[in-house]
Amino acid sequence: GAAHGRPRAVVIGGGAGGATAARYIAKDSNGEIDVILIEPTRVYYTCFFSNLYIGGFREMQSLAHSYGTLASDYGINVIHDWATGVDRDARTVALAGGGSLPYDRLILSPGMDFVDGSVPGWDIGQQNRMPHAYKAGSQTELLKAQVMAMPEGGTFAMVAPPNPFRCPPGPYERVSMVAHLLKQTNPTAKILIVDPMENFSKQALFEEGWQKHYGGMVQRIGPDFGGDKVEVRPDAMEVVIDGTVEKVDVCNVIPAQKAGRICEEAGLNDGNWAPVIPHTMQSRADENIHVLGDASAQGDMPKSGFSANSQAKVAAMAVRGALTGSSVFPAKFTNTCWSLIDTEDGVKVGASYEATDEKIASTDSFVSQTGEDAALRKTTFEESLGWYDGITSDMFG
Amino acid sequence: KSCHQIGKDAENRIGPHLNSLFGRRAGTVEGYRYSKGLQRRGNDGMVWTFENLDAYIENPKALVSDTRMNFAGVGDATDRADLLAYLRQFSANPQNIPEAPRTAMATDHELDPAILAIQGDPAYGEYLSGECVTCHQRDGDDAGIPSITNWPAEDFVVALHAYKTGLRPHPVMEMLARRLSNEEIAALAAYFKTIE
Ligand SMILES: Cc1cc2nc3c(=O)[nH]c(=O)nc-3n(C[C@H](O)[C@H](O)[C@H](O)COP(=O)(O)OP(=O)(O)OC[C@H]3O[C@@H](n4cnc5c(N)ncnc54)[C@H](O)[C@@H]3O)c2cc1C
Ligand code: HEC
Ligand code: HEC
Repeated sequence: GAAHGRPRAVVIGGGAGGATAARYIAKDSNGEIDVILIEPTRVYYTCFFSNLYIGGFREMQSLAHSYGTLASDYGINVIHDWATGVDRDARTVALAGGGSLPYDRLILSPGMDFVDGSVPGWDIGQQNRMPHAYKAGSQTELLKAQVMAMPEGGTFAMVAPPNPFRCPPGPYERVSMVAHLLKQTNPTAKILIVDPMENFSKQALFEEGWQKHYGGMVQRIGPDFGGDKVEVRPDAMEVVIDGTVEKVDVCNVIPAQKAGRICEEAGLNDGNWAPVIPHTMQSRADENIHVLGDASAQGDMPKSGFSANSQAKVAAMAVRGALTGSSVFPAKFTNTCWSLIDTEDGVKVGASYEATDEKIASTDSFVSQTGEDAALRKTTFEESLGWYDGITSDMFG
Repeated sequence: KSCHQIGKDAENRIGPHLNSLFGRRAGTVEGYRYSKGLQRRGNDGMVWTFENLDAYIENPKALVSDTRMNFAGVGDATDRADLLAYLRQFSANPQNIPEAPRTAMATDHELDPAILAIQGDPAYGEYLSGECVTCHQRDGDDAGIPSITNWPAEDFVVALHAYKTGLRPHPVMEMLARRLSNEEIAALAAYFKTIE
């Protein structure tokens, strides 16, 4: 363990899971635990609402959050560096900048990385010609700029990812926002979704909304028409769908995903993700490590910012219990994901969950209905604005 | 009633006019400024029925915590049934509105005093509040999602039970309230009332 007085919790990744966990451990332990947060970027851009930036409903600056309050008001030691490895026997984390940090408990919330080769023809070196915009910031700005620069009547293609991936409604909310933008700047443009999955999140709601607001603009090719046999040619700006070549003007490739690389390096993965014990979010491979958010394989919860935030509170409680003996209550989890289809046309889906020995299991759920009236959709959209402020202050203080 | 008008030529006074109330969406009389809460109930799709009117008249706050209808409520179930039978006559098609049997109407929505008497543990409430503050801001900001800090404990408990029983329609809050025990609700009320 850490070679000094206070027990130490080290958190890798200052996103939805990691920032929340660091803040809750620090806030609720009254200085009894030394909390270190390792995060390479000085400004975190939320993926949530980044589609709204593309649609013109948010400024990029409104998605930016810094770590200053976590340091000044919560006494968290924020280290801007990459964690490059975990020595589980010695219980230390190695940093790219050199040196290593001992821990008593380690929390990993590194988000996701892309699976190499999952879309033939695409690799990270091509992300400027064919952006993923699935980590927010410069990629999101690039994609929007490309949409704005599309020739009149041009084609925007999206290569959608296979399950499981971060934010199940994310690609389809993005299509809605791109359509909203094009409707104003380039109304004869087309949107083509190449999708390996049969069905998608909130499908009936999105399809109803696309028909209503963007009639005819959006076309989706599912696996029955080759949506799962896709290759891209970034130099030629071509998408090859089951052998048929489509020339496109913008191509948003969202590759298959896996746990953030550090999980693999720490030897915590089973396949692409790191399995956890639902009651505490402890890794099944190492009881001194907790894995949160996108990177974890936990059961029924979707990979969302809301889920990561919810899991972080359970892990923070478990870590405090283990390090200071504070009381531990039964784990509870919730998720709600809002999506915007067009101006003030918001929808939502959500569920509550409990921990079983086998997995985090859904106990109850709801989803917006097709045919809801404008007043309800507007209220739903406004809720999402409230939620954004709520969760970001819950993460960053 | 000096607060409400009903009948031919009724206008909005302190409260909105009450013509054609049954089947009317809550908070939708043209030109009347409602409380945010009542407007929300309407946006969420709540339509006035015997059941929810009965509950609203019994205790306006059960349905709308911040209601502007500053009125203690009618405690007696039979009095409420008479009142509703009277209001029903001013509907466009009263014959289409089922007349609720008096026995069925004579139910009390009022929370069991034993539930209201539970002393919540604010420390437990603080832990449970982690689930709430993802949406409801701890600093009391109420843009998009109402503020729940610094409430009288009783209003808080009454509101959560109204979601729990489905009296207040809202998918998220109904789901969350359904899995809270009476003790947990009391603990949350005890915690949130202390936050400025
Ligand atoms: C377009 C889009 C829309 C979305 N919309 C929503 C929404 O509306 N609602 C919702 O709930 N969710 C939404 N999401 C999903 C949400 O963004 C993610 O699920 C969430 O951010 C996951 O949290 P996390 O903590 O697992 O990872 P992240 O938030 O991605 O945080 C991971 C952090 O770890 C850091 N990191 C990675 N590796 C290392 C390392 N080796 N050392 C140090 N630091 C490291 C990264 O820099 C990053 O800051 C959306 C996602 C996208 C792409
Ligand atoms: C002290 C004044 C007052 C009294 C007494 C009063 N009301 Fe109200 N009423 C109001 C106000 C103000 C509102 C608007 C509430 C809001 O915006 O939250 C209202 C709203 C209502 C509504 C909702 C209408 C809508 O359009 O959604 C109903 C129904 C109602 N009152 C019925 C009654 C009945 C029945 C009684 C008598 C038992 C009564 N009220 C007594 C002031 C009063
Ligand atoms: C996913 C978002 C979300 C979460 C999580 C959430 N709420 Fe709510 N809450 C809402 C919304 C939206 C409303 C408004 C509902 C309506 O219109 O009736 C609301 C309404 C309320 C109200 C009534 C407010 C009023 O003005 O009448 C109370 C009390 C409340 N919530 C308490 C809680 C508690 C306690 C928790 C945690 C156990 C919680 N909420 C968790 C979204 C949420």
